[in-house]
Amino acid sequence: MPFLWLRTWRLGVKSLLLHPLRSLLTVLGIFIGVASVVWLLAIGEGISRKTQEQIEGLGATNIIIRSIKPSEESIENVGSSRSIVPYGITRADFDRLITTVPTIDRALPIREVRYRFGYLGRNIEGRLVGCTPEYAEVNQLEVDRGRFLSDTDDHKKWNHCVLAAGTAEKLFPFENPIGRAIRIEQAFYLVVGVMKERTPTAGIGGSLTAQEFNNDVYIPIRTLWSRIGDIIVTRRTGSFEGEMIELSQVTLRVDKVENVLKTAALVKETLKLHHRKQDYAVTVPLELLKQAKTTRLMFIVFMGLIAAISLVVGGIGIMNIMLATVTERTREIGIRRALGAKRGDITRQFLVETVALSVVGGATGVLGGLTCRPLIGALRGAMQRAAPDVFEQLPEVIREVTPIVVPWSIPLAFGISVTIGVIFGLYPAIRAAAMDPIEALRHE
Amino acid sequence: MIPAARMLEATKQYVMDGGTVHALRDVSLEIPTGDYVAIMGPSGSGKSTLLNLLGCLDRPTSGRLMLGDEEISGASDDRLSEIRASHIGFIFQSYNLIPQLSVLENIEVPLYYQGRIDRRRRQRSREMAELVGLGDRLKHRPTQLSGGQQQRVAIARSLINDPYFILADEPTGNLDSVTTEEILRLLGDLNEQGKTIIIVTHEPEVGKLAKRVVRLRDGSICSDKQMSHV
Repeated sequence: MPFLWLRTWRLGVKSLLLHPLRSLLTVLGIFIGVASVVWLLAIGEGISRKTQEQIEGLGATNIIIRSIKPSEESIENVGSSRSIVPYGITRADFDRLITTVPTIDRALPIREVRYRFGYLGRNIEGRLVGCTPEYAEVNQLEVDRGRFLSDTDDHKKWNHCVLAAGTAEKLFPFENPIGRAIRIEQAFYLVVGVMKERTPTAGIGGSLTAQEFNNDVYIPIRTLWSRIGDIIVTRRTGSFEGEMIELSQVTLRVDKVENVLKTAALVKETLKLHHRKQDYAVTVPLELLKQAKTTRLMFIVFMGLIAAISLVVGGIGIMNIMLATVTERTREIGIRRALGAKRGDITRQFLVETVALSVVGGATGVLGGLTCRPLIGALRGAMQRAAPDVFEQLPEVIREVTPIVVPWSIPLAFGISVTIGVIFGLYPAIRAAAMDPIEALRHE
Repeated sequence: MIPAARMLEATKQYVMDGGTVHALRDVSLEIPTGDYVAIMGPSGSGKSTLLNLLGCLDRPTSGRLMLGDEEISGASDDRLSEIRASHIGFIFQSYNLIPQLSVLENIEVPLYYQGRIDRRRRQRSREMAELVGLGDRLKHRPTQLSGGQQQRVAIARSLINDPYFILADEPTGNLDSVTTEEILRLLGDLNEQGKTIIIVTHEPEVGKLAKRVVRLRDGSICSDKQMSHV
């Protein structure tokens, strides 16, 4: 029996090779279908995994509250007499959250201001961050030299500061910054540490924009509150603009992942009571993660649908070719029937041909699918060289997508292609077998 | 000895748009083993229908048909296929070789549908090729052969399953006179060796060589003569 199957296969391949171009084009249809399944799923996976990593970088147990400037009309309600309008999260909010929400494990208050820093004649602009010692850990910052801020720095409101790598490089190109003092506003701050370089985080949308850490200066938040205060006046062309914010951001860590969503709801409720305007935004990475997973699922379904369509088109191609082949080989069918072939033998013979076509298409399609990573890389490189302006304008997701071939997509695509070969090959094969041998023999 | 084929009051009718066509009416025919029968008659006389019935390509509407000791009037389609593969050797006017197969593979086709090809049988197909004088062309394709050579391959193919009888449908219709003679001589030799041959033809010269001539007219046998020259 296996011997007979072998012969059937050999015969099928032989018949296909009689029309190499025709067979090639049919295989091409399946090849495109299978390759596109693998490609589309790989691209989808690449995009969604990137988003997922970004969100996971924020911490799954974290809840992030940021102060945002309320819209113009809501400011007018307060009255135009005051040019400086306080907004954002307050210290009172912070204390309330810590005392009333029991599932909060740790809370990090952060205050960020754009400022000028000086040492000797050198002046640079950067971000002054008032924070607590945990800030370094939460943002995955590592100490290069010296130390990060300590609790004592904070409690005693010492004028200590820690420089980010970029700041240190610009202010102290030649000296060791540790032990020196830099000038911020009117006061001097002793440099106690320098951090290692850190790649910026990508923006997640909503209230979280991309963060650059390399031009920061970190000081204890209590020092910032007492030395600099809540009101920041920035000079614009011809006028001054004032802002009054107590806290730029509070990062809450919840004790358990299961409690994150409940805690987030509670936090939102608590804040709503004391804020008439929407001057803060609550970001829950876990929620984003869930959304991203849903999006990913939708993406897979969508891509799958497109790929399925192309596979069906390939299948129709197979059927079309096989119907033509059956008509063309009517006489051969007649001869074989006269010489003793059963209907089943004829069906099998033609089915083997379609399966051979779709197996070859499926196998090459899988190989084609595996090339998507280097190919997309090459494509991107070529585009960057040929039209850099256009390339810059593309969204970041497209510029940076790295396709990840999903392992299960390979057997899936291959299986579907073979199934399609069988399904679409069955009808022509059965039609061939159903022919009357006498009629078929007479066929010219 | 059991005759190669027996037909008892076999009738074949076709239902067409215009009504029923009686292709064969109550035909009774016995073909003993070793016979050489020519079936002759004008077109429309039922020659082809008789050939299709004897070749198990079709079943009689009524009446009986026995091949060897097997009743095949009511056999299933698959059973008919098995009988064709094992007990009937076909030779056609237009040779009917399969173009993508070599000479040897063409000869083996009936064995393939019997479901077993072993070394002994493969050896046999070589012997058959040698018997018809094509032992040196085993790897050739049908298109590389002349008409006469192709018909020899067909004869070798018809012998491979050691059939009850060889059924030849106008075997020389496409051949010139020299080749016709060669093929007929080959068939005559095979008959001398004991093979039963049924040949359907409308050429009197072909019919003359047979031991027995059966003439058909309007679906019935009108004469059945043993030829005197044997």
